Amino acid sequence: MDKKNLLEIKDLSVSVDGRHILHDINLFVQPGETQVIFGPNGSGKTTLLMTIMGFPRYQVTKGRILFKGKDITDLPLDKRANLGIGLLFQRPPVVRGVKTRDIVAACLKETEGSKATEQLAEKANLTEFLDRDINYGFSGGEIKRSELLQLLAQAPELALLDEPESGVDLENIALIGQLINDLLGKIHPIYMRTHSGLIISHTGHILDYVNARTGYVMCNGRIICEGDPHDILTTIKEKGYQECVSCPMK
Amino acid sequence: MSDEVNVPPAEEASTDTGKQAALGDDLDLSLYESQVAEKPSHIDPATLSDKDKRQMMSAGIMFDDLSQRSGTFIQMDNAPIHSSVKQDGIEVMAISQALEKYDWLKDYFWQAVAADTDKYTAHVDCHQSDGYFIRALPGSKTLYPIQACLYLAKSRLIQDVHNIIIAEEGSELHIITGCTTASGREPGIHLGVSEFYIKKGAKVTFSMIHSWTPETGVRPRTATVIEEDGLFLSNYVIMKPVYSLQAYPSARCIGENATVRFNSIMVAPPGSRMDLGSKVFLNAKGSKAEIVSRAITTGGNIIARGYIEGNCPDVKGHLECRGLIMGDSGTIQAIPELKGTLAGVDLSHEAAVGKIAEEEIEYLMARGLSRDEATATIVRGFLNVDIQGLPPLLHAEMKKAIETSEQDLF
Ligand SMILES: Nc1ncnc2c1ncn2[C@@H]1O[C@H](COP(=O)(O)OP(=O)(O)OP(=O)(O)O)[C@@H](O)[C@H]1O
Ligand SMILES: [Mg+2]
Repeated sequence: MDKKNLLEIKDLSVSVDGRHILHDINLFVQPGETQVIFGPNGSGKTTLLMTIMGFPRYQVTKGRILFKGKDITDLPLDKRANLGIGLLFQRPPVVRGVKTRDIVAACLKETEGSKATEQLAEKANLTEFLDRDINYGFSGGEIKRSELLQLLAQAPELALLDEPESGVDLENIALIGQLINDLLGKIHPIYMRTHSGLIISHTGHILDYVNARTGYVMCNGRIICEGDPHDILTTIKEKGYQECVSCPMK
Repeated sequence: MSDEVNVPPAEEASTDTGKQAALGDDLDLSLYESQVAEKPSHIDPATLSDKDKRQMMSAGIMFDDLSQRSGTFIQMDNAPIHSSVKQDGIEVMAISQALEKYDWLKDYFWQAVAADTDKYTAHVDCHQSDGYFIRALPGSKTLYPIQACLYLAKSRLIQDVHNIIIAEEGSELHIITGCTTASGREPGIHLGVSEFYIKKGAKVTFSMIHSWTPETGVRPRTATVIEEDGLFLSNYVIMKPVYSLQAYPSARCIGENATVRFNSIMVAPPGSRMDLGSKVFLNAKGSKAEIVSRAITTGGNIIARGYIEGNCPDVKGHLECRGLIMGDSGTIQAIPELKGTLAGVDLSHEAAVGKIAEEEIEYLMARGLSRDEATATIVRGFLNVDIQGLPPLLHAEMKKAIETSEQDLF
């Protein structure tokens, strides 16, 4: 095992409700590193992040997941969160009656009345959303910001971001980029930890805001390409994913 | 609730007078002791036993800081034992005393609720029942809530209560009523008739906390008449076991722009049977109703009803009924009903019954909450009905009462 890696995924295969989705995934993330995953709809990107996070529906049929050198393949969801993994959901559920404020406060592990919740909300331009039921009637862009707000409160060492910029307008994308930058800021101001990110993107807009040196292309549940994310993006834009599938480099 | 248990066979030979109630188990009143109301006395609540005080406090009654109350009424079994008021323009007394004092009061007696509604109202009518009379004179407003406690102390007794609440024109009344028992086990029956009269431009908030026992049968019979621009806000909470509870309080909006809102929160532990709803008749232009109920079963059976009838143009009513089934047994039956009798009424409802969605629990777990913490957070949210229009102090107290009982849930 390589001690340098924050996350190690080795020969991972995953099935959901009895259907094999991911096959033989190998992926390594170092502390402080940000990586980007591209891939067509339905290729298994969300499945990969949900599996890393530990949702019980995603069953590991082969391989291991290591986080900070510890085998977490069989660790429950909440334990993984507490170890330092956080997820920006592509489609988070509405939880009626539970206020955004309640979740942010829970993420902060703080007692009621703290200023930190308000401060973070202000940063995410979500002050008026604190007393709304979480995700209830939120627009697409508001959901992304609310997810980032929760993650900022959680301050995970590894942030799994599932399409943080989809459906976000051009003005808000700068704010989203800024929030992600805060989240992945090399050194967390309080905990002195190094933060890493694994980001799913279709547009690559996020590359303008984060410093990512590794990118992957996922197709049919496999990683078929690894390289500089900017190069990958250029290829996809020019020639589509078909080129990745037939790429001789894979 | 399954049909075969609705009418227990042992009670078929009931000899009770009056007709059987339309809803709920038929309670055999002959198995319990009936009393004629005792004369009101006046004791200092401080002299009550610690145990009694503790019980009453569990139902939201306050003893230590009476500066937070504008008045207090306590009835033990069938005898009013304390009434006091600390504010001009507000009256709190036993109904028997009020009847002696005010000749006109008889015109309010059995006007909102019919004495022959069923055998329970008949029982209250036949036993010269006492209860509270709370009234705000025109334009008077309670600074603090008035608290009333109906306390069932004696085993196998039927407690009869008849309350009348009058908010005169432009007045404001905030009332907390706590109903509870001395013992956690003894059988008993509580029959409570409450008639509310809300005059033009008056506002009444009524918060009721029920804390009974697995052996208590409870049959409240409540009706409210709301005049022009009047507002009635009712909050009802039951989170402790009860043998059988059936209540279907109603409100009639008879004046233009009269507004009513019923919130109820019920939690049914194993063995508890609750049949609870709210009924509103929108009989005047611009009147509005909102009925919100939250039901949780941890093994008991709940029927959550709601009924809004629109009989006038430009009325608006909404009914929201949500139920949560926790654990493997227990049932919730939501019965929302709407009736419009002409064009121009705007009535709607939503009802949902189910378990906590696993997806929601996992969402919170992904934020680092344990499964139990996530469940508790969701249940707390479920019970967190936004009680609009309630003064902050009352709001805080309702919240506290709910949170205290929530601890028993997990
Ligand atoms: N419960 C399930 N049963 C069967 N198939 C499933 C289930 N859940 C997901 N899948 C399938 O797994 C595949 C991968 O889905 P996933 O959500 O991981 O794709 P994605 O790469 O994130 O796509 P997108 O870009 O559209 O978000 C899809 O074909 C999807 O339909
Ligand atoms: Mg996806």
